Amino acid sequence: MAKPQIVKFKFPESLKEMPLGPSAEAGILTEPNAGWRVQRPVLDHSKCSRCLMCWVLCPEGVIDKQNEKLEIDMNYCKGCGLCAHECPKDAITMVNEGE
Amino acid sequence: MDFLNGDEAVAYGAKLCRPHVIPVYPITPQTIVVERIADFVANKLMDCEYIHVESEHSAMCAAMGASLVGARAFTATSSQGLAYMHEMLHYVSGSRFPIVMMNANRTLAAPWNIFGDQRDSLSQRDTGWIQVYVENGQEALDMIIQAYAIAEDDRVYTPVMVNLDGFVNTHTYELVDIPEQHEVDQFLPPLRSKNAIDFNHPRSFCISAATEWNMEFRYQQYEAMENAKQVIVEVDKRFGDKFGRYYHGLVEEYRCEDAEVVLVALGSAIGTSRIVVDKLREQGLKVGLVKLRFYRPFPAEYFKALSKRVKAVGVIDRDLSFGYEGAVASDIKSALNSAGSPPKVINFIAGIAGRDITKENIEGMYHKLFNLSQGKFEKELQFTGLRW
Amino acid sequence: MVKAKDLTDKEYLYGHKACPGCGLGTIGRLTLKILGERTIVTLPASCMSTVTTQYPQMNYTVPSLTMAFAGTGAVLTGMAAGLKAQGITDVNVLGFAGDGGTADIGLQALSGAVERGDNIFYICYDNEAYMNTGVQRSSLTPIGAATTDSPSGTASFGESKPKKNMFEIMIAHRIPYAATASSAYPYDLMNKVEKAKNIQGPKYIHIMCPCPTGWGFASDLTVEIGKLAVETGMWYLAEYENGKVKMSHVPKTLKPVEEYLSRQKRFRHLNPETIKLIQENRDREWALIKEKWLQVC
Repeated sequence: MAKPQIVKFKFPESLKEMPLGPSAEAGILTEPNAGWRVQRPVLDHSKCSRCLMCWVLCPEGVIDKQNEKLEIDMNYCKGCGLCAHECPKDAITMVNEGE
Repeated sequence: MDFLNGDEAVAYGAKLCRPHVIPVYPITPQTIVVERIADFVANKLMDCEYIHVESEHSAMCAAMGASLVGARAFTATSSQGLAYMHEMLHYVSGSRFPIVMMNANRTLAAPWNIFGDQRDSLSQRDTGWIQVYVENGQEALDMIIQAYAIAEDDRVYTPVMVNLDGFVNTHTYELVDIPEQHEVDQFLPPLRSKNAIDFNHPRSFCISAATEWNMEFRYQQYEAMENAKQVIVEVDKRFGDKFGRYYHGLVEEYRCEDAEVVLVALGSAIGTSRIVVDKLREQGLKVGLVKLRFYRPFPAEYFKALSKRVKAVGVIDRDLSFGYEGAVASDIKSALNSAGSPPKVINFIAGIAGRDITKENIEGMYHKLFNLSQGKFEKELQFTGLRW
Repeated sequence: MVKAKDLTDKEYLYGHKACPGCGLGTIGRLTLKILGERTIVTLPASCMSTVTTQYPQMNYTVPSLTMAFAGTGAVLTGMAAGLKAQGITDVNVLGFAGDGGTADIGLQALSGAVERGDNIFYICYDNEAYMNTGVQRSSLTPIGAATTDSPSGTASFGESKPKKNMFEIMIAHRIPYAATASSAYPYDLMNKVEKAKNIQGPKYIHIMCPCPTGWGFASDLTVEIGKLAVETGMWYLAEYENGKVKMSHVPKTLKPVEEYLSRQKRFRHLNPETIKLIQENRDREWALIKEKWLQVC
């Protein structure tokens, strides 16, 4: 799997289930960051040239290039707008949430 | 039998344990450990990564990094260096890495002095490290080996500090038996750390644990330290069975069976005290000596039981917690008091910054304890050997 | 030359709690894509560790260690030694430290690690202040920047001391590889990581990481501000290898510093006099660069 998925984390229910020392399994996500957003990116595939600049720059890594059309993981996009601002084809627009 | 000083004994002990990584920074009076190990490495007598770190704080950081990747780590320091790495002592014990460190007990500046007392390690009491205080070079070598066995036990995973008195232990030459490598290999197998990275099951270490979970991690640490009491005794027996030298676990009694008064001390002072006890016993005085080997975990149960057997206890503290009394005395008094109608205690502040604790000093202490047990007045805290 | 389409789809740093638009996300993601799965990351107390390791959510998918603030260089040394002692040769040890954990409290450990020549990868992501604890100044805070403990006021124009030059400090160690980069120039950054990864010994990359929260600009301008820093000469992109410095990008003419300063809240309080001072400092630095590294007098 390319990206970690959100899981329902099972907290230790007794001392025996605690890890040895303060460590935890890597790559565990328990909650989305979607609630941070005020705006979300909308990608116009007709304009997209697959230059992948947005994929490279995204601080969150939510843009997915595995399929023919780029996809954005809305669970973790924080709506920073960097992709829209830097896209050389203006293929991404930031739209207010709720619109 | 070899003629070695305490530092050299520690170096041989470390060599026998086959550590993978030794990050170490020199500081008097531990320097001979550093030099001897460097010699071993330079002549291929030891196969390890010897790191010339640029400070003691970095020494402990590097030891932690090595332990994280599953390597066995060893380091050594003293006084100012121990104080410098203080935050890392908490880090290592909290993260449960089984690192072993030798500490040459030396006083802390200011005033600046290189000679021995126990202010450096006793003031690190609360850092979560197991602390053992050795009496002589043989015990130093043996305890380095036992320290790894204790630290790396599944029930413990707590770092261990092996303390030698500066100059008195570290630089005094004695006859020391160096065990055979293959025998130590049998006693101490290679480390298969349960607390190390594994690319098949990646983990994040030393994570932030919020208020909701932090106390549970601390409780785990507390339990491990309690488990250590049992493990120390087991390792001591296993070591004695294999190498013929038993050290009696957390506490060793010397001629206490029918003692009326006892002295408690840590480290080299015990050696001198044994001779005084023998002399006073010949005079018919019922005196005894308690060698407190492990300061943490503290053998509270032993002292609770002791309080029923003796009339007065003297505690030699080679330190002083300013604003109160010697740290060891505080801990011992609270354990004695937990039994109800405890014996009276005199806290002797002695051996500060290398000032000798002489046989005469110790004899004097016993006489004061007899005064106390006979109802005469003795101050609770007394400085031994003060000029005026 | 790194090509985006050839890079792995796997994300080794995902779902973290950094501020929207923060450069550290880009830096972390791209570096790990180049270095790969068999990397152990160590993080001192910093934004990078705080936003990625809040129990039980762990945003690195590679093993990581959060460490004391001062110790990044030393931990890297210990890890490299521990791996070598066990005969493990195919694992990268990577440290991500901020400007505080590199140039201030972490400088000793870094210098020691580089001097010893340990096989480590050290990245300083430089957001020019102690951002994690609330934007306090560090020795890498540029002149004139207002931070919470070097604020502007009637008797102060903000940070009064120039930015320490970590790149030159690393060169003075004769490190096998050092470079400066920026999260606004991702391909330049990735090419440098790619080159460094194959070099034995200590590698140091100093990456400018514009911080929307601490510098005071909108979250979508991270790359624009980063580019302005280079175009105004307030930051330069260079590499040091085999005893020589090579500039990765030299602007034909340096834009007036005001274009960079005016876009950030932390510089808004500056008067024309201080801006002139900053421009003069920049010109002086660039005169030195031209003389030393571009053979232009």
